Amino acid sequence: MVLGSVFAVLFYLAAIILVIGVASRGARYAQTPAPLVIPTTPAPLTRTGVAARMAREVVFFESLFKGSKWTWLFGWLFHFGMVVALARHLRYFTEPVWWWVAMIQWIGIYAGMAMFVGLTGLWARRLLVDRVRYISALSDHLMLLLLLAIAGSGLVMKYVQHTDIVSLKAFTVGLVTLDWQPLPADGPLLIHLSLVIVLMLIFPFSKLLHAPGVFFSPTRNMRDIPREHRHIAPWARDLPGAGPDRS
Amino acid sequence: MLKIEFETPPLGELLTTPALQRDAMAHSRPFVAKPEHQQGLGFPGKLVDDWQDVALAKMDELLGKYRSLPVFLDACVKCGACTDKCHYYLGTGDPKNMPVARQDLLRKVYRRYFTLAGKWFPRLVGAVELSEDLINDWYSYYHQCSECRRCSVYCPFGIDTAEITMAGREILASIGMGQKYSNEIIGKVHIIGNNLGLPEPALANTLEGLEEEVEEDISVPVKFPLDQHGAEVLLVTPSADFFAEPHVDGLIGYAKVFHQAGISWTLSSYASEAANFGIFIGNYENMQKVAQRIRQAAIDLGVKRIVVGECGHAWRVAYSFWNTLIGPFDFLDPAYPVPQHICEFTYDLLQRGALKLDAKANDDKVVTFHDSCNVSRGSRLGSVPGGQFTIPRELIRFACSHFVDMAPDTIHEHTFCCGGGGGLLTDDLIELRVKGALPRAQALQQVIEQHGVTHMAAICAICKSQFSKVLPYYGMEMDMIISVHQLIGDALVFDSEH
Repeated sequence: MVLGSVFAVLFYLAAIILVIGVASRGARYAQTPAPLVIPTTPAPLTRTGVAARMAREVVFFESLFKGSKWTWLFGWLFHFGMVVALARHLRYFTEPVWWWVAMIQWIGIYAGMAMFVGLTGLWARRLLVDRVRYISALSDHLMLLLLLAIAGSGLVMKYVQHTDIVSLKAFTVGLVTLDWQPLPADGPLLIHLSLVIVLMLIFPFSKLLHAPGVFFSPTRNMRDIPREHRHIAPWARDLPGAGPDRS
Repeated sequence: MLKIEFETPPLGELLTTPALQRDAMAHSRPFVAKPEHQQGLGFPGKLVDDWQDVALAKMDELLGKYRSLPVFLDACVKCGACTDKCHYYLGTGDPKNMPVARQDLLRKVYRRYFTLAGKWFPRLVGAVELSEDLINDWYSYYHQCSECRRCSVYCPFGIDTAEITMAGREILASIGMGQKYSNEIIGKVHIIGNNLGLPEPALANTLEGLEEEVEEDISVPVKFPLDQHGAEVLLVTPSADFFAEPHVDGLIGYAKVFHQAGISWTLSSYASEAANFGIFIGNYENMQKVAQRIRQAAIDLGVKRIVVGECGHAWRVAYSFWNTLIGPFDFLDPAYPVPQHICEFTYDLLQRGALKLDAKANDDKVVTFHDSCNVSRGSRLGSVPGGQFTIPRELIRFACSHFVDMAPDTIHEHTFCCGGGGGLLTDDLIELRVKGALPRAQALQQVIEQHGVTHMAAICAICKSQFSKVLPYYGMEMDMIISVHQLIGDALVFDSEH
């Protein structure tokens, strides 16, 4: 029960830091004006068009596809493997398990593998391509190591050393319902959960901010209608050059 | 006398990615602005004593004023998609010319002073203090970016290195390390009204000379009006159009179009410059002050429309920023877009059948088109996204029978900068300019060999100056580069009814 309590506290702490950290960063982005109209053109003219552009960017990694096919392939495998694997994990937090979560269980395993392959490919590029090696800091390598270890320890529990799923589910459901339960003391499970906690903690202080950041990117979220619509930032409105007669 | 020794890179195969050559361009840096060039723009005359504090305070200020900065500095995951996209990297192999590495020069300082990770674990995340060496790297490499936005096309988060370069330059200028070329020019615009420092009498004289020359040439009394009150259109064009080759033939083309269309127009001696180097140094106030002259001239002359001549970044500022900086334009005729590009203007006339072109006049030419970076990725022509690519090509097709495009990954949104944009069109950076033109020269060489291309048309004053200077380094003729409106002007059929 001690183990369960320690992990429960750590999870709550990590979740609070993750949510507050990302929210305050997002608030900072939202409050900082984009004083000039700077979409990378050709750009959409309507809000619907901008939403579509953003959707293509977030779902298909459109720009990355233009930029580097290998990075796109590995990056997409990793990210969408992760999304599906995360969705699969919802079965640990829902009782009864939602029907669609039950339905995707079999894909979830392949998703875990896709994550692993994608991450390996990304790391290989980081090590082997001289240009990418040059721009990599230690943290860039460690981030891949962390994610690989999370995916790897997850796959180990599926294929090598099963964990006591029933007790685990009691623990995770207990987290949600604030009814703390013991946590099985299995090596791979504890490693897996500890690394996830680390990931949650560093999220708001690292390049993982690219996830909320992309939605605030002015080159992607602005409309190309500067002649039709006067765009002006509050601080620019107060400049002497703005003139007295202008709205 | 400035003498820079360097080797022109071999043309080689199109878009070959070079191996890293560390510090290959570390020696490249433009002249630093003199005190008088700095002070006229509101910057300190020379390096301030507490430059480190001033630089960090400026960075803090900019982080709060431009959302692009915190978002772009946080979001980069070092995926490497941009690393082989910059023409200066392709031409030099210097790793600091990879867009992400150029951003990192600023990002590692941002991390050190403005993020928890960088304050607590600087080595882990590559955060460093703002040292003198680093400031020198900033000066060198933020003047090896032409703010062309090519990298932003391929970035999964749309990170635009131009925004980082502008911030870097603004911080440099604010500690007393502005760039001579850009700041001297902005000073001239503030005082005289154009980049060349051409005063009204000299401008009037030049235009009179052009009128005589054109009338002698084609026996049509084409006018080049200056400061004409009550004209319908104010034409604002880069001052290079007044006498530089091949630019002036473009100006003659605009004048012929106005003449034949029967639309009254005028230039202004107060606002005799479309270029706005304020964008290059990233300074909002200077950019606004430069643009303000144009608003004033339009009001004083009582015109109904503003048309902008062929100029890349000038069009970006005019199209994307004018309404913000100097709008609203409620004193102009709302029936027309403000501002209107000369290509849009001519295209509309052609669509309405108000002009007749005879493509035979250009039958001696096989033409290709160089998409200028700031028009392509920072603005638009016409009413449909991508009009910046189709309208100039349509104009060329109206005016000549033989047109071919260069390789697909070197045109449209993928186009390469000419190598001289963004405030780098200065002789102290000639090595950078030659090497940065490599990708475009490779693509041009390909269509010369495959299709016998004789001319490359462009709609940017910097592109025209840059190519006439650097194409000879690659064994091509300097007069290959021409204005789109030269082709139009030469093909225009004059109707004696008018």
